[in-house]
Amino acid sequence: MTRIDVGSVLRHSANVPFSDLVTRPTGAAVRKCIQTELAALSEGDVALLDFSQIGMMDYSCADEVVAKLLLALSAQDAHAGYIVFHGITDAHLEAIEVVLDHHGLALVVQFADGGARLVGAVTDDERAIWESVYTRGASTPSSTPAVGLSDSADPARILESLLQRRLLRHDGVAYAPLGPVQ
Amino acid sequence: MTAVITVPPSLDDLTFESVLDQLSHHPADAKVIIDARHSTFATPYGLTAMLTLAQTRAEKAEFLPPENPDTVSYWARSGFFRYAQELFDVRGNVPRPRSSGESDVLLEMTPVTKSDDVHGVVERIQERAASILLNKLHLESRATMGFAMTLSEACQNIVEHAGRGGWVMVQAYNYRKRLGGRFVVVIAVCDAGVGFRSSLESGQRRPLSDRWDDAVALEAAVVNGVSRYGDPGRGQGLKGIRGYVHRWEGKFSVRSGTARIALIPNWEDDVPRREGLAYFPGAQLQIIIPEKVSAAA
Repeated sequence: MTRIDVGSVLRHSANVPFSDLVTRPTGAAVRKCIQTELAALSEGDVALLDFSQIGMMDYSCADEVVAKLLLALSAQDAHAGYIVFHGITDAHLEAIEVVLDHHGLALVVQFADGGARLVGAVTDDERAIWESVYTRGASTPSSTPAVGLSDSADPARILESLLQRRLLRHDGVAYAPLGPVQ
Repeated sequence: MTAVITVPPSLDDLTFESVLDQLSHHPADAKVIIDARHSTFATPYGLTAMLTLAQTRAEKAEFLPPENPDTVSYWARSGFFRYAQELFDVRGNVPRPRSSGESDVLLEMTPVTKSDDVHGVVERIQERAASILLNKLHLESRATMGFAMTLSEACQNIVEHAGRGGWVMVQAYNYRKRLGGRFVVVIAVCDAGVGFRSSLESGQRRPLSDRWDDAVALEAAVVNGVSRYGDPGRGQGLKGIRGYVHRWEGKFSVRSGTARIALIPNWEDDVPRREGLAYFPGAQLQIIIPEKVSAAA
């Protein structure tokens, strides 16, 4: 897994001597630098975006860095890589959740102990299936338990949607977590 | 003939309108004297708006500072005269600003013209704001991060939309006029730039309605999140400010052109929308976050 230190990117790409991710021009500079690094990944690689050295993040920067990265990643012609977010704190989450909700996006936060959390605009069924995959490991529609799903839930469709949104990845014909099984 | 514009004894966002009403009779190239000799109180909004007023005058205005020594000392501490002396012909001597570790001026008058200025403002405000919000306003710790975000977005409004520089000031004070003397933190961000209506027009973002004026433009931008940029991610800054202010039962007002709209909490009896005000260019934002009620009781 490739690790990208967003704090380091901030200092070097935006030439800013502070640790706060604020303003759109700063966010755009940071995003472009991250996108350059992501472009070097091999197909299917997972990049870990590490926000540990970032103080606060405003809405504009959350939109420029987080939302636009995810939007680019989910585009039809996108490079087939994946991103997990690390070092996200409540201080970042307020802005991130607002922009994710605004764009209908979601992301995976990975904690230092390997645990993970799905953040953003997802339905209860999507969250239940995502958590199931993160708990059980690589899953197929037929092996995904229907426990906790609504009557109308279609596991095959939901798994494919989570894959398209880069919240799960392919492992052969199965759907797998982006990080370790919990 | 030189006109005298009288600054009210208490200069805040509402009484500043009387200054604009008086000025509306005099073109920008007319000689005027801004008479603040009898002012004894000014909010951050009053002070920042006064500087932007100076920017709108083609003929440099004279400025008569407050006579009350405490008042003029506070205006000096706020950083007002540092900029006023360039923008006005300030009459008489004004005190040099003295630094005070105990001051409740969280952020003295600070110019905002470019993105880097916003970084500086956010960096400087965080530690002091955290202390005031936690210890005097008795808010939860997560309020401090939202406060810096709110300040950042308010300042970015100048950088992204105004087309010219403005000022920001942040202060904590005892709000005697309302709230029975509870503490508040006030953010004022004022510019004399293009204003909301022209900003939306420049991006072809006027709503599809026959009515189009400053009030409609403010409502589109502040309430509906319309931005002059077509980027679907735009407009979230003001939305975020509204959310933060609502969560902490604060007040948020924006004036632009001839209109003003406000998010009014229960403790305030202001009106949500004012129209037909004296024209004043740019945008003037004020955010008030009050001390938590339960802790004050």
